Amino acid sequence: MEYLIIIISAVLVNNIVLSQFLGICPFLGVSSRVSTAVGMGAAVIFVMTLATIATWLIQHLILVPLGLAFLQTVAFILVIAGLVQLVEIVLKKVSPALYQALGVFLPLITTNCAILGVAILVVGREYNLAQGVVFAIGSSLGFLLALYIFAGIREKMDLVDIPRAMRGAPISLVTAGLLALAFGGFAGLV
Amino acid sequence: MKKLESTLPNMFIVLTLIALISAAALGATYGVTEPILAEQARQRRIQAVSEVVPAFDNQPTDEAITPPDNPSVQLFPARRAGEAVGAAVQISTGAGYGGTIELMVGFGSDGTVTGLSVLRHQETPGLGARITQEGFRSQFVGQAPADELQIDGITAATISSQAVIAAVERAWQILESTGGIR
Amino acid sequence: MSSVTLTREFTKGFLRENPVFVLLLGMCPTLGVTSSAINGLGMGLATTAVLLGSNIVIAVVKDLIPDKVRIPAFIVIIASFVTIIDLTMAAFLPPLHEQLGLFIPLIVVNCIILGRAEAFASRNTLVASAVDGLGMGLGFAFALTLLGAIREFLGAGAIFGLPVPFLFDNPILIFIMPPGAFIALGFLIAVVNTLREKAGA
Repeated sequence: MEYLIIIISAVLVNNIVLSQFLGICPFLGVSSRVSTAVGMGAAVIFVMTLATIATWLIQHLILVPLGLAFLQTVAFILVIAGLVQLVEIVLKKVSPALYQALGVFLPLITTNCAILGVAILVVGREYNLAQGVVFAIGSSLGFLLALYIFAGIREKMDLVDIPRAMRGAPISLVTAGLLALAFGGFAGLV
Repeated sequence: MKKLESTLPNMFIVLTLIALISAAALGATYGVTEPILAEQARQRRIQAVSEVVPAFDNQPTDEAITPPDNPSVQLFPARRAGEAVGAAVQISTGAGYGGTIELMVGFGSDGTVTGLSVLRHQETPGLGARITQEGFRSQFVGQAPADELQIDGITAATISSQAVIAAVERAWQILESTGGIR
Repeated sequence: MSSVTLTREFTKGFLRENPVFVLLLGMCPTLGVTSSAINGLGMGLATTAVLLGSNIVIAVVKDLIPDKVRIPAFIVIIASFVTIIDLTMAAFLPPLHEQLGLFIPLIVVNCIILGRAEAFASRNTLVASAVDGLGMGLGFAFALTLLGAIREFLGAGAIFGLPVPFLFDNPILIFIMPPGAFIALGFLIAVVNTLREKAGA
């Protein structure tokens, strides 16, 4: 039950993109096609879950016992950068098919602030490892959902005659705003 | 100056050096700021306790009690001339709209609320964030959670209001179950 | 480098190459912390401090860093500055630090900073890199303050915390809530684009 609440809250109510403003760059950048959006979303689910486990272990087994909690930012970003590289190498060897699908998105993920953001949130909210993993999965599912819907809308918008000044980023942002407004309807669900 | 070659030893030495220098710089910064941060946290606590309970002459923050079955809650007994005049309860609730709300609730020896302050929250500015306003908080004062609390919630911020009301009731229950005000 | 080009390096961040309006970088803090002008300004200045510091250090040590480990080295340098700013703000500006919260450590993954390190500081002199960092940072701060001021004015009926008659009692709340951030920034970029087009034509 507790895990269900964490998931619903992370996917719908406090959607990581639309209400926490994390991962906006990929949200605006790789959302012009539904297929790429799904690829990016899948890569984020994979990396975010692994990164949350890794950073949680680092925080609770190394930084806190040694009284080095102030090195959190440096340690986490290095772990995430290293992890992304590792995932890339392993995927290439183990599953070329998966690598083909996710490979191009992996380098972009290091600077996806959603990964570092979720890692810091998990530690800040004093989740245990299981809760942290559930929260990471929920958050990345929320990212995938928002990205998927947004890409769908943008594909339709290709055919629309938009006023000159609003073309490109402005209309995307306004669309995202309306999507955020729609997600506001989930408030109070948990 | 010529650029350093990308040989393995070079890369290793450079990265280790950078990591060491950075750790040293951060350690130094932490050493300077840590006492300030600790003092700030202490002052804020004392301030928060004295805002919600009747005047006291002991050191409630030094006598804090952590109930064994609710480790996230802290109780601060307030005494004057050795007699219990009230207690402050620091409690947090995850039931807020934006996340965790942390409260300091004061109770008098008659079991009524003597004060309420919001220590931390992430509620929506202009809506849920109004739980910090005097108009909402002062409604609690004088009411006893043992009976039903009569509180007007904030318009369009039912979740935030309910979260605070439930937390105040829970604070009283925890205080009661750990022996009440003594 | 002549003073004319230095001035150009400094001013490019405000409009011509503004990181938010033109390059669309650093969107997360731009949307996340601009519910008031003062928060926008605080975040902008914190980012400027990190950008200035990391640009200077990287310009100084660029020849000592082998090419292949350039990115991890830059990340450690940037993350160190972010932590220093984080701790300093927590100690000396606690209310602002609390408001900005998670977005302070996230300065580390702000694409502007690594972008400037890679594109500018690792190839230019100390002075030019410092000027570039300061200009880009202040341009970012300018964009955040402007967006924060607009959202605060419409959504809370105040300017830098000072109430505006009528609007203060009847604010358009949506503008300080998450959807308002997207919508306000969208229209602001549309206005900036139009202005740039007019100036360029």
